[in-house]
Parts: sequence; structure tokens; C-alpha cells
Amino acid sequence: MSVANRPVHRPLSPHLQVYKWQLTSVMSLLHRATGIALSVGALYLVLWVVFASASPSTYAKFQAFNISILGRFVLGGWLFSAFYHLCNGIRHLFWDMGYGFEIKDAYRSGWIVVAVSLAATVVSWIVGLRLA
Amino acid sequence: MNSDLRTPLSRARGLGSAKEGVHHFWAQRITAVALIPLVAWFAISLIMMSGADYAVVRAWIGSPVVMVLLTLTIVIGLHHGQLGMQVVIEDYVHNDGMKLALIVLMRFIAVFFGLAAIVAILRIGFGG
Repeated sequence: MSVANRPVHRPLSPHLQVYKWQLTSVMSLLHRATGIALSVGALYLVLWVVFASASPSTYAKFQAFNISILGRFVLGGWLFSAFYHLCNGIRHLFWDMGYGFEIKDAYRSGWIVVAVSLAATVVSWIVGLRLA
Repeated sequence: MNSDLRTPLSRARGLGSAKEGVHHFWAQRITAVALIPLVAWFAISLIMMSGADYAVVRAWIGSPVVMVLLTLTIVIGLHHGQLGMQVVIEDYVHNDGMKLALIVLMRFIAVFFGLAAIVAILRIGFGG
């Protein structure tokens, strides 16, 4: 095998097993994880609309799951994922425009995103149930 | 003298070797901006409708403003999700055949569910 064709085993970065956990990397990971969760969740929301267009008895079966404990857990998870991905997405849009790259700013915006997405999940749940 | 191997025209077009330039990047950002108000509206609506019965949910989905906003939310959301899932697949699946197959399958699923949602919304709105 010639030198040019030999596979190169370069070190991969980051070395996950020795990598120090930090807010910025955890948030980056969580952005991707919530994105995947929301993509699957979007299919579930489509099913909701499709079941609503079907007969009352079909919809009742679907709705029975939604109002179960597990269903509420899924809804809460969807809400937090949506608000987290939304807030952190706005943080990413600011980075795309060239703002907030200082380490201090990245941590500050990070904590704001964590606080706002948690608060928005709780507040929207309370407001939504009150309006319903 | 042009020091890189690309022609001046190729550089002016800015499309790179894949011939699509920053299209994926732009589509992801524009759908993201569109989803900011849509998801905020939808999150509140979802909680309001989470315990509602059949008639209430259908009356809500079938109202003209909701038909438009819900279609936008689902279609733009699926498009944004599809762009993101493509990047995830490209990052973690290193077998070229498997990578292509997964991206195509994922896109088919997104289009199928998007169309299913549109048909369902129209059916409710126009009383099918």
C-alpha cells in the first residue's frame, strides 16, 4: 500500500472520555438532541391532526393517550424541547450575525437560554390551561 | 495571476465544489426565523387543545386563521427538521450507501407526513 493510500488515524476531537463537561458543550449537544426529538415529535403532531380529521371514536382513542400520565410527560417534554431549541436557535442566529462570541458572552447567553426555556415551559403550561 | 485552482467565474458564483453554495445554510436559517413566531403561537395552542374534545379541536383546526398558521407551522417545521436531520445523518453515518438511503428515506417520511397533515387540515376545514 502506498503512503498516499494508507488510512490515516488522526485523533478525533473532542475526546469524549476525557472531555470536561461545560455549559457550552452540553447546550450544543442538547440543541441537537432536542432537534431530533422535535423532528420525531412533529410526526406525532401530524398524527394528532390526522386523527382529528377521522371519526370521533378514532380520535377518542388517540386523545386517551394524550391525557394519560405518559401523554402529559410527552407534552411537557415536547414543550421544553421546543422552547429550548427556539431560544438556543435565536442564540445561534446571533452567532451567525457575528455577535456574542466572547467566552463570557457565550456563558451569559447560555444561562439566559436555560432560564428562559424552563420558565417558558412552566408559564405557557399555566397560561394555556387557564385559557382552555 | 490567479493563485488558486478555481476560475474567477467559479469564485464569483461562490457555489463551491458541491455546486449548491450556501443554500442549505440559508434554508435552515430562514425556516428558523419563520418558526420563531409560529412555534410560540403553536406551543400555547397545543396546551389549550391538549385536553379538548373532538368537536372543540375540529372547530379550532377548521377556523381560517388556524388552518393557515397550522399548515405553515407543520410544513416549515418539517422542512427545518428535514434539513437538520440531514446534517445529523451526514455527521454520524459514514457508509456512503447507508447515508444516502437514510437521507432519502427521511425526506420521503417528511414529505408524506407533510402532505397527510395538509389533507387532514383541509378535510376538517372544508367539512369532508
